[in-house]
This record gives sequence, structure tokens and C-alpha cells, in this order.
Amino acid sequence: MSTKSQYGEAKDNYHQKLMAKSIAILVVCIILTLICLVPIYILIVNSTHSSNDLAQNPSRFFFGPHLGDNFKTLMNNLPDDAGKAAKRVAAQYSSAFSLGKGYLNSLIIAGFSTLLTVFFSAMTAYGLTVYEFKLNSAAYTFIIGVMMIPVQVSSAGFVRFMYSLDLINSFIPLIIPAIAAPAVIFFMVSYMKSSFPLEIVEAARIDGCTELRTFVTIAIPMMKPAIAVQAIFAFVANWNNYYTQNMILKNADYATVPIMVSKVLAFDKNVDNGVNYLCITLSILPIVVVYFILSKFIIAGVALGGVKE
Amino acid sequence: MASAAQSRIKSISYAKYGYMFVAPFFLVYCFFQIWPLIYTFILSFKGNQANNAQFVGLDNYSQILFGTGSSAGASAVHEEFARALGNTFVLWFGNFIPQILLSLLLAVWFTDAKVKLPGKGFFKIVMYMPNIITAASVAALYVNLFGDSKYYFVNATLMKMGMIAEPIQFVAGETASKVMVMFIQTWLWFGNTMIMLMSGIMGISPSLFEAADIDGANSTQQFFNITLPLLQPIMVYTLVTSMIGGLQMFDLPYLYHNGANFSKQLETVAVYIYYNFNKGTVDQANYGYAGAASIVIFAITAILGSITFYMNRDKDAIAKKKQRKKAEKQMKAKMKQGGLSI
Repeated sequence: MSTKSQYGEAKDNYHQKLMAKSIAILVVCIILTLICLVPIYILIVNSTHSSNDLAQNPSRFFFGPHLGDNFKTLMNNLPDDAGKAAKRVAAQYSSAFSLGKGYLNSLIIAGFSTLLTVFFSAMTAYGLTVYEFKLNSAAYTFIIGVMMIPVQVSSAGFVRFMYSLDLINSFIPLIIPAIAAPAVIFFMVSYMKSSFPLEIVEAARIDGCTELRTFVTIAIPMMKPAIAVQAIFAFVANWNNYYTQNMILKNADYATVPIMVSKVLAFDKNVDNGVNYLCITLSILPIVVVYFILSKFIIAGVALGGVKE
Repeated sequence: MASAAQSRIKSISYAKYGYMFVAPFFLVYCFFQIWPLIYTFILSFKGNQANNAQFVGLDNYSQILFGTGSSAGASAVHEEFARALGNTFVLWFGNFIPQILLSLLLAVWFTDAKVKLPGKGFFKIVMYMPNIITAASVAALYVNLFGDSKYYFVNATLMKMGMIAEPIQFVAGETASKVMVMFIQTWLWFGNTMIMLMSGIMGISPSLFEAADIDGANSTQQFFNITLPLLQPIMVYTLVTSMIGGLQMFDLPYLYHNGANFSKQLETVAVYIYYNFNKGTVDQANYGYAGAASIVIFAITAILGSITFYMNRDKDAIAKKKQRKKAEKQMKAKMKQGGLSI
């Protein structure tokens, strides 16, 4: 009897300790989740309030009725009897934050950059893994070596160079450089080394397939998982890239989503807080929605990037 | 038999295709990266503003690094660069330490098989989320939530709850704005670091933890004696990528301000470079200072990069190579002594 209770006690104690630990961890995780989500929630809540309501009570936790009005101001679609001040606000916001154009510009830049990045990185990785040539290992060492160079280091020369080529206010300096993405190549080379059998290339050759066709019709479909992960990250990085876009695109017609947000942020007259919040909400909502749809995939991709060694 | 065809194929050299496949990368990289880098290097030896065509030697370097040189305002130039470098370091350090501690703790918890945590996948997804939001929007969001007067959400809420009497200057205040940028950086990156460390911990053989369990080691002992030492390569990698990322810190410090101009107390090196080359037209911009600052950053990055490369090289492979060479030497020595003595 006594020995049984002794063991039982020890076991219970162990379980209790584990339970307590699990609960403590759960509480910490819930707090961190709130810290991550509350700013976004308050942002969305505030974009449904009018500027006047927010001035009277800025500390609001529930949705308000003015989302439509804020949209009208942002689209410069006010009723004719609106006051002069309101019209001035609307004109200011609609010229800085033009919904259709900004999204289209961002979409063009991010879309084409992503396509070029994944296609040419897969191509370079294929060239490095499938073919033996004299400069092969030198080329790969070079790619690893330049992987960590920050953009800021060459941006002064880049901008001056683009001025001399008359490529300011053009999408070319934002899209074409996407062909050269050393980090993506590095990822794809390690993927190919682990899961691309070179015998397939030889078999294709015996069947009379040309080298380019082998790459496009055989290698690319086999690399789909790696390409998908890298495509998501490339798209997000290009969509969010404020630094390069802001130094190349000076004309308001070419403004992208991050540039429009920075313009709204810089207003110091005729500020409407409700519309401010609406602009920010609109700028992050598409990417957050897409993120939650693809989240499992993205998390797996980040984890893959972590085991680089 | 296919052997005839196979041997024929083996005799064809495919090297030229290799060059063709890697050529687009190298052409574009040289045109859009290497040449601009060289051009930045050249610009760092040239004058500023209207003097941008004149060769000035090391003048820009001596101005930004030591405050000596031809320009009358050289010491002011040096002060600004030194402040930017200091700010970069303070902001990086202030976000890296909480970020790595938090990420490490979460990564250990999430990978602990004994802890039953519901919704692990959900927590991971939510904690990574800030990382994908446009940094410009994040800056705008926090400026609007943490505005300096009582008309903004956080100050209004804190005052309503009676926790503060006067609004805190979260955006304009010297210390408060720095702490806010550190907080937002941590908010943006801790999920990413956590997932990287988790995949590192999951790479450690579970039998080590089982053995430690049987030997009666508690979780603290397991952490310090198993997890941490085996996680060292990935920690070094995280540290160095974070430092290089810290040198590039731009969007948030540049946009976290009231009104039209960036805050001086948040000016990082990246902001310094950008501000100097992006001032109006080519004749108004300071390409010389921007170029010199860029090259200084490049040098720091190169040093940091080689440290990771050195720390992370395959130690086993190097040891094996050494051993093989040693064995070969011994063999040769024996051969010289007069044939094999087997």
C-alpha cells in the first residue's frame, strides 16, 4: 500500500508540474498573440469611425458606422452639399492615395519581379547543378559571397546610374534586377542537390530533347515546391519594398502602395484620422488575407530557410 | 543496346550549356549590382552637390569618419555620421536582445514534446504575421496609434485608465521614440527568428534529450547543456544576418515621425545614406558623403559575413582533409625510406 502511494504521489507531482508549465506557456502565448493582433484590430476598428468621433474619444474598441463615409472621402466622391473643408480633405487624400493605380503599379512590379526571380534563379541553379564547366565552382562561390551584400551599399551609384540612363520614373530598374537573386539561387541549388536526379537529364538527352526544353518541361515541374516557396517570398518582398521604389519612382502616377502610405503619413494639414486609418488598413489587408490563406506553406518555407547550413 | 548512344552522349561536352544557363544572372548582376557598387566607390572619391564631378581623394572619408577635411562644416558632417552609426547600433542592440531571448524561449517551448500546448500551429502563424506586413504601413500604423497628444489611441486609453496624467511623446520624444522603434522591430521579427531557431532545435537528435531525461536532467539543464551548444551555428547565423539587417534598418526609422521630415534621433546609417543622395537634383545631393558611408557599411558587412563563413564552415570536412594530407605525407616519407614495409 505504502509503496504504491509513494510512486503514485511522485507521478502526480510530475503531471501537476507539467500541467502548470503548460498553462503558463499558454498564457504567455495568448498575451503575445494579442500583442500581434490588437494593433491590427484597432486599426480596422478606427477606419470605421469618423475623424470627429475619434477626436471626441480616441480610445475605441468597437466598430463604428462611418466606413462608407471614409471611403467616399478617400475616393473623392463626396455629396455636393459637403463643406469646403471636407472637399479639401477629400482632394488631398484621393490625390495621394489612388486606390486603383497604386495597387496596379504594385501588382505589376511585384508580379513581374517574382516571375523573373523564380524563372532565372531556377535556370541558374539548374546550370550550376547539371553541367560541369570550368568556372562552375567559382560561380557558385561568387553567388554565396554576394548573398549578404545589402542593397543600401550600392544604391547611391544605382540611382546616379539610373539618372544617366534616364530610367527614373520607370519600372525597368525595379523589375529587371529581379533576374539576379543570389539568395534564391542558393536555396534552389540546395533543393536540386537533394531532390533532382541527374539521370533524368541524361534520359531526356537520349530521347533527343534539347537542353532548354529539358529544363523548361522536366526540371521546372520537378522544382515546383521550391519555386512556390520562393515565389511567395519574392512577391511579398517586392510588394513591401519601399526603399528602392521610393528612390526610383518620383512621379505620383507611378506611386506604389508603400509610397502612397508614406505620402499619407507626411500630411500635416487637413488630416482626417478616420481616412488615415482606412488608407493603412487598405494597404495591409490584401497581404494579411493572402498570408492567412497560404500561412502553413509560408511557415514551412521560413523553417526551410533556417536550415541553410 | 543503349550503350552506344550513351557513350556518344558522354563524349559530347555540355559545358557551353552551363555557361548559357548561368549567363543571364551574371549579366544582370554585373549591370545592376556590381557596376553600381563600383560607381558608388568612385562617387565616394568625388565632391558633393555642385562639385560632384571633381575628384577629391579621401576627403569624404576623412570628413565623415574624423571630422577633418576641406569643407568648413566637416565636424558637423562627422557628428551626423557618428550619430547615425550610434543610433544604428543602439536600435539594433535594443531590438536584437529582447528578440533573441523571446524567440529562444518560445522555440524551446514549442519544440518540447512533453508540454501539451493546444493551437501551436495557430500561435506560430499569428506570431509570424507582423513580418509580412509592409514596413511602411507598420510605421504609419504605430504613428497613428501612438501619436503624441491625447487625441491618439494609446495615450487616450492610458489616460482614461488613469495610468498616466500627461500624454507620453511616443513619436517625438528622444528616448520614447527609440524604445518604440526597438519594440516595433522586435514585434516584426521575433516570429521569424523563432521559426528559424525551432527548425534548428528540431534538427537536434531527440535521443539526446531522452538520455538526459533518464539521467534526471531538468529542462533548464537540458537547455544549457544540450540545446544551446548544439544551436550555436544557427545562433551565429541569426546574429550575423540580424546585424547586417540592422545596418540596413531603413523603412521604420525613416517613416516613424510626425509631419514631413524624418526624426534626427532615429537617423540610422541607411537613412543617412538615403537622405544624402536623395536630396533633390544631382547638383543638390551629397553623393560623396553617401558613397563614403556606403563603402564603410560595405566594409563592416564584409567583415561580418566572413565571420559567419569562418564559423560555419564544415569543420569535419576540414579535419578529414587535414588527416588525409597527413596520411599521404607519412606514406611518401615511408616510400622514400625505401619501399613499403608491409
